[in-house]
Amino acid sequence: MTNATPTDGWTVGPGPDLAFAQLLARDEFRIQRCRDCGTHLFYPRLACTHCGGVDLAWVTPSGRGVVHAVSVVNRSAEKGGPYNVVLVDLAEGPRMMSRVEGVAHEAVRIGMAVQARVAPGPDGPCVVFDNVITGAAA
Amino acid sequence: MSSNSLRGSAAIVGAALAGLGEAPGRSSEEIAIEASVKALAEAGLTTRHVDAVFGSLPGNANPLSGLLIAEMLGLQPKITDNNRTGGSTFLSYTLMAAMALKEGLCETALIFYGSNQRTASGKLISSVKPFVYEAPYAPIFPATSYALAASRHMHEYGTTREQLAAVAVAARAWANLNPEAFMRGPLSIADVLGSRMVSSPLTVRDCCLVTDGGAALVMTTAARARDLPKKPVYLLGAAAATTHMNIVAMPTLTETGALDSGRRAFAMAGMTPADIDVVELYDAFTINTILFLEDLGFCKKGEGGAFVASGAIAPGGRLPVNTNGGGLSCVHPGMYGMFTLVEAVRQLRGEAGQRQVLDAQVALCHGNGGVLSSQITNILGTESTL
Repeated sequence: MTNATPTDGWTVGPGPDLAFAQLLARDEFRIQRCRDCGTHLFYPRLACTHCGGVDLAWVTPSGRGVVHAVSVVNRSAEKGGPYNVVLVDLAEGPRMMSRVEGVAHEAVRIGMAVQARVAPGPDGPCVVFDNVITGAAA
Repeated sequence: MSSNSLRGSAAIVGAALAGLGEAPGRSSEEIAIEASVKALAEAGLTTRHVDAVFGSLPGNANPLSGLLIAEMLGLQPKITDNNRTGGSTFLSYTLMAAMALKEGLCETALIFYGSNQRTASGKLISSVKPFVYEAPYAPIFPATSYALAASRHMHEYGTTREQLAAVAVAARAWANLNPEAFMRGPLSIADVLGSRMVSSPLTVRDCCLVTDGGAALVMTTAARARDLPKKPVYLLGAAAATTHMNIVAMPTLTETGALDSGRRAFAMAGMTPADIDVVELYDAFTINTILFLEDLGFCKKGEGGAFVASGAIAPGGRLPVNTNGGGLSCVHPGMYGMFTLVEAVRQLRGEAGQRQVLDAQVALCHGNGGVLSSQITNILGTESTL
């Protein structure tokens, strides 16, 4: 890793938030990988949270993950009913907030294997997860 | 004893509450000022003596509230600190004030807080904007973040909803001994479990209150404190730790920065958990109390649920915790940190009435900010502990 002050390629153009949103708008879920230390990063950063390096590449994650924590928000029926909020550990390492779709909210469990998918959201696309049934094609 | 020169160098000489519960017709600033004037009066001082101001108000209505409160009181302080780490921040003000007092940069520090959130809006006023990488999933801020941590604690250690509820039940039992507490009356485990679910596993009774309220502290040097009317309460140890801002970035959901802040605060005080007579923890949610009891060393990691369910923290238990009723049953005006300190001061002065812990000489206060993000520990003691 170099100690030189980062320049052009790093200091110009869209920042990681906008770059991520632009990728997502094309239905592409990408995370970052630090070329200096190899750490995968999410949410998108300008500098590696592990080593401070700034040479971060967009990479396509496997999309595989495991539910690390879960809560069901008890929204009233008039407003659309309950929904789940999860923290998912991606196979590459980073943890992200999301929701699991396609299963009953009370059936979402810590340790459940899930697979990422870009889905439409109220304010643009977002990454959600589907339950991976062990043994079935995923 | 610790060789740290900050230990015992500054003391709290005035402590007051204002607008507890509901304060209709009062602004947050007015509640903070009422508390400030009362705290100064108790200390035998006036606004003329104050040369350092530390404080914050809720939300973003007055982000420069350090300036505003100073102006409203007619002060022109040498030091004005408006640090914001959430509800924990007040326990860093005591540390910063002690440092400035010790170095002779100021002589009298005023620390303030006030909020009219209950009568003004009826809900928590937060200064935190939804985080762009969490917002699409609509977590309730901050309850869902704490619920996620609770789900993980239950998964890893077998902690149960009944054990979480025991924290709320103990807090209510203490509140029933405190005439100033907002929520009084019977509360059972079944009541907590049967109340409205907010964000599983937390029901509304696992969540802190939404009230009005303000508090103020006056601090000065240990030497000057001895000449003032109230029995001084000395700052023996203090330390802060920050681990993250958003729950997605919390390194380990079942371990907080209290592990680190507690260790350093105990080291400064030259003490261990066994030396603590009374504990005041920031109980924004029932899981907080369990996490902090573990991380501060009052029980082993993973055993917090069984510890609270044993009755240990309730009146008559072996470790008095949140003796005012806490944020769960006494007062929670958006940021609670100050109220841990005021209750500790009252306990150490022997002013706590029916809920007085016998012969309380050392208190531990612990503040929490954000979503388990900022952890700050203070250890306070009477003159006998110097």
